[in-house]
Amino acid sequence: MWLLLLPLVIPALAGAAARPLAARLEPRHATWLLTTAAVALAACSMAALALLAAYAAARLPFLAAAGDYSTAVMRRGDPIPAAAGVAAALALTGGAVAVAVMFRNRARALAESYRRAAGLHPEDGIVVVPGPAIEAYALPGLPGRIVVSGRLLDCLDDRRRAALIAHEQAHLASRHHLFSAVARLAAAANPLLIPVARAVDYTVERWADEHAAAVTSDRRLVAQTIGQVALLAGTGRRRVAGMALGVTGPRAPRVSLAWAGPVPRRVAALLTAPPRRQTILLAACTVIVLIAGVAALLAARDLHALLELAQGPRSQ
Amino acid sequence: MGEEGPFLASGSPPGAEQQAAGASERQAAGASERRAAGALEAEILAILREADGPLSPGEVRQRLALRPQPGGPRGELSYSTVVTIVSRLHAKGLLARQRAGRGFTYTPVDEASLAASRMSQVLGSEHDHDAVLSRFVSGLSSRDARLLRELLAGDGGPAGGDPGPAGEQG
Repeated sequence: MWLLLLPLVIPALAGAAARPLAARLEPRHATWLLTTAAVALAACSMAALALLAAYAAARLPFLAAAGDYSTAVMRRGDPIPAAAGVAAALALTGGAVAVAVMFRNRARALAESYRRAAGLHPEDGIVVVPGPAIEAYALPGLPGRIVVSGRLLDCLDDRRRAALIAHEQAHLASRHHLFSAVARLAAAANPLLIPVARAVDYTVERWADEHAAAVTSDRRLVAQTIGQVALLAGTGRRRVAGMALGVTGPRAPRVSLAWAGPVPRRVAALLTAPPRRQTILLAACTVIVLIAGVAALLAARDLHALLELAQGPRSQ
Repeated sequence: MGEEGPFLASGSPPGAEQQAAGASERQAAGASERRAAGALEAEILAILREADGPLSPGEVRQRLALRPQPGGPRGELSYSTVVTIVSRLHAKGLLARQRAGRGFTYTPVDEASLAASRMSQVLGSEHDHDAVLSRFVSGLSSRDARLLRELLAGDGGPAGGDPGPAGEQG
């Protein structure tokens, strides 16, 4: 039953490929590809687990009696060890519970956000919060709101403010919270997809960054705004960030983004040429996801055929 | 308050009596200040909401002295007490302040902003609620901060990172 392995292996592959893909693809394409791939692969792997569990369950005598088929034929035609079937059933249950919990939490959080956004009536869609915090975020709703701390606005000049607002407006206009929520649900079903969900969180930020760059027609400005806000927020929270600068020593590396967090990668992406459409890469990824789907379908057909065989000549 | 002095000092030499009376008065004054702090904050907020524009602590103090007192006349508050209270209100996010000359003037924060500020506290504290907010920047490790400075320094543009006392531009 190597067919059943494909829907289980391909999500691991997707997990490994997610970050490089997020870095290479145009952000809007990357977001759509990674989100749909996450959902498709989560569904395929759940289906594969269900089939594995079904094979094991099919050997149970009372099911065989109810379905009127031969457990002997099932055993012969089915190379999957019973333990694998039990493990698959457990993984399937765990995944289903995790999806349910994640769904409930996200739905509650989004409902809360929509409710609060509806309670805010700023003149231009932007709510300025008082207090010492350095923060800016988009609050999803109908319509969504942009919340910025007054202290942050005070630190930015007009052009950087425009870049910040354009970035947050892109989040609201393109409903980025839904991509992120859907990818997280897929990752709850199959933890191998967690890197894909993280990559989606990154690509929606990149999407908003590129939108801000288009609105302000200045990629460098957006990069500098992100850098300034991140350093303000970072050093505001803990002084360590600033102090660490002095102790990097002589073996401070040249800028390497291999293990960097999202903020430096976003800034680096904005300081290079705008991303290009990568049709071949997109197509290749789509094909790989389709392979997982086809494999799951074929495996389901095989199980069906085996059951028919086990039912054998009815006359017996 | 005043009657505590003689009671505490009964049987003590005259000098000690004076000292004890002084100490207990100071203690009593401290307690009543703490008790009154909440009421004072409310009163100062009310004054600023009634005002047509931003007020300096000095102006707040003048208006405070002119207000009728339901619990009888109150001694005039010191300037530093008023400054302490408005600073506290500012720290709580209830007042916005603007630099005016060498000090600050204060205005009350409007209701929408107050609602938003309470909301960010709630959303930030509850499970998974933070996840639905698209933050402009996520947290920065010290390594990321270093990388960021290198990137922006290499870019030749102003990194403009550290929160200086007066920010970057107005």
